[in-house]
Amino acid sequence: MTQTSRNEDEMTTQTDFQPGSAPASEILLEATDIKKSFGGVHALKGASITMRRGEITALVGDNGAGKSTLVRCLSGIHRPDSGTIRLDGDVVHFSTPNEARKHGMETVQQNLALVEELAVWQNFFLGRELVHGPFRTLDRKNMKRKAADMLADLAVNAPPVASKVRRLSGGQRQAVAIARAAGWGSKIVIMDEPTAALGVQETAKVEQTIETLRDSGVSVLLISHNFDQVMRLANHVWVMRAGLAVAERRTAESSGDELVALITGAKAH
Amino acid sequence: MSTPTKTGPTRTKPADAPHGVVAPIIGQARQVSFWAEQAAPIGLVGLVIVFSILSPTFLTLGNIRAMLVAAAILIVLSVAQSFVITTGGIDLSISATMTVGAVGFGLAWQAGLGFVLSGLVAVASALVIGLINGLLIARGKVTDFIATLGTLSVATGLALIFSDGKPITVNSSELLTLTSGSIGIFGYPIILAVIIGALAWFVMFRTRFGLHVQAAGGSEESAVANGVNAPRVRIAVYLISAGLAGVAALLLVARVGAAEPAINTAFLLNCIAAVVLGGVSLTGGKARIVGPIIGALLLTALTNGLTLLGVSQFYQPLAVGLVVVLAALLTRFQKK
Repeated sequence: MTQTSRNEDEMTTQTDFQPGSAPASEILLEATDIKKSFGGVHALKGASITMRRGEITALVGDNGAGKSTLVRCLSGIHRPDSGTIRLDGDVVHFSTPNEARKHGMETVQQNLALVEELAVWQNFFLGRELVHGPFRTLDRKNMKRKAADMLADLAVNAPPVASKVRRLSGGQRQAVAIARAAGWGSKIVIMDEPTAALGVQETAKVEQTIETLRDSGVSVLLISHNFDQVMRLANHVWVMRAGLAVAERRTAESSGDELVALITGAKAH
Repeated sequence: MSTPTKTGPTRTKPADAPHGVVAPIIGQARQVSFWAEQAAPIGLVGLVIVFSILSPTFLTLGNIRAMLVAAAILIVLSVAQSFVITTGGIDLSISATMTVGAVGFGLAWQAGLGFVLSGLVAVASALVIGLINGLLIARGKVTDFIATLGTLSVATGLALIFSDGKPITVNSSELLTLTSGSIGIFGYPIILAVIIGALAWFVMFRTRFGLHVQAAGGSEESAVANGVNAPRVRIAVYLISAGLAGVAALLLVARVGAAEPAINTAFLLNCIAAVVLGGVSLTGGKARIVGPIIGALLLTALTNGLTLLGVSQFYQPLAVGLVVVLAALLTRFQKK
């Protein structure tokens, strides 16, 4: 199922592809000329990227190229010094992660933002609890059921919702964090190195979760150092170097070697 | 039929049904974590067995009634402390806050405000200390330990200054009813304490606020990332702690018959001890309400039993200390 839809994607991209000229309706997110400095350090010097609807867009680049800063600007953690972000064609300004969230942009943080002592379902709904009755008591039944449904839809390694996060494996934690981010009608889920700390099997499961997420219509922005993973998962890739997004490629028409050349600057763009 | 000790041995022979229930418990009992998780109830049952063998008066209705009434203040304070410790903090000023509440009640009573208004003054004056604690810790970013150590001294000083260091006698018929009235063997103080415990359980485990308390204690960073207002949660738990200390002040004035500017250090140490006995981790994130209540009952039974056995009062802090250190050691074996 996942495999066929991937092949379809690749086929359509091969026939339609023209670099940088996707139809406007396909562009979900457009960040233009984003600049951000910390003191004298110019982390972003006018980076521009686009994300297409329903795709996995990868962001690659060397350490210090500005990937994390760009993502933090998109998710409302940092405020860009200048530049515009358009979501669905409308200019948006996020000054907090909550504002980005309200616009349907969820971020799976590198530390996952899970509370280990709480159960999976409690983490799932933390900050957005469902309540019922005259005393606004927690609607535990409903929350457990919804969390279980969302996890089962998305993850092959879905943990029981009543177990504490402390008892989960790294891959299961990642699945919980991804499912939580996806579970609020989000348009875009941003993931920063989701498999960096995982073993081979767990990585495969998390990748499967990310694909399922994409197939359900959510657009994903993926930061990764793993070129194999980028080639496997992403439809589109942006390469960052020295605070700028220097190149974009369809993964179907690129290779790991080309990406390395772009990252190091051996190939300019 | 009436005593559980008799039914035990007779049942084991014919029973198939209880076997299914007993077997897993026996299985669990082989693990250290079982004993660590259930330290308070096991300790309480153990103490009751030992004291009822050593002293014929221990398990009489009169003594049980007296113990429950004596436990009420400690139960209220332990429940209060439990909220603070769940967030990873600690309220060292809790008993001094209770003293401020008691003196507040005494002064208001002396000024002729009547029982209800004086009670409100008691809670309100305690809440002031709680608000100071909360603001210092949540907004001023002062360590819980230092902030509440400071307000412990400030509150004790204020109580001494306002009362001029003298106890204020309170002859209130309402307080007399509160301390001596009862339903069956359950005096009004223990009934009040149990109602507060039930409300606290409800707030902790069935409301958004309670979940946020646990989340802020488990990982403040993650809680904040998910939209939990951690500073507000911290201010709230110190207000809860102080407010309940104000309620405990009423019970204290009722019991003593006067508002004394005493330091009440024993209540501070015992309520922290009860919370630790009850299985709450001092690092926060792990909430318990019933455990600390049982812990408070255990410490009260310990003091009561030693008194009945004619053990000198000097040995009581020693015994409490040993129990607490033992409980703290046991918590190391709790399931993660």
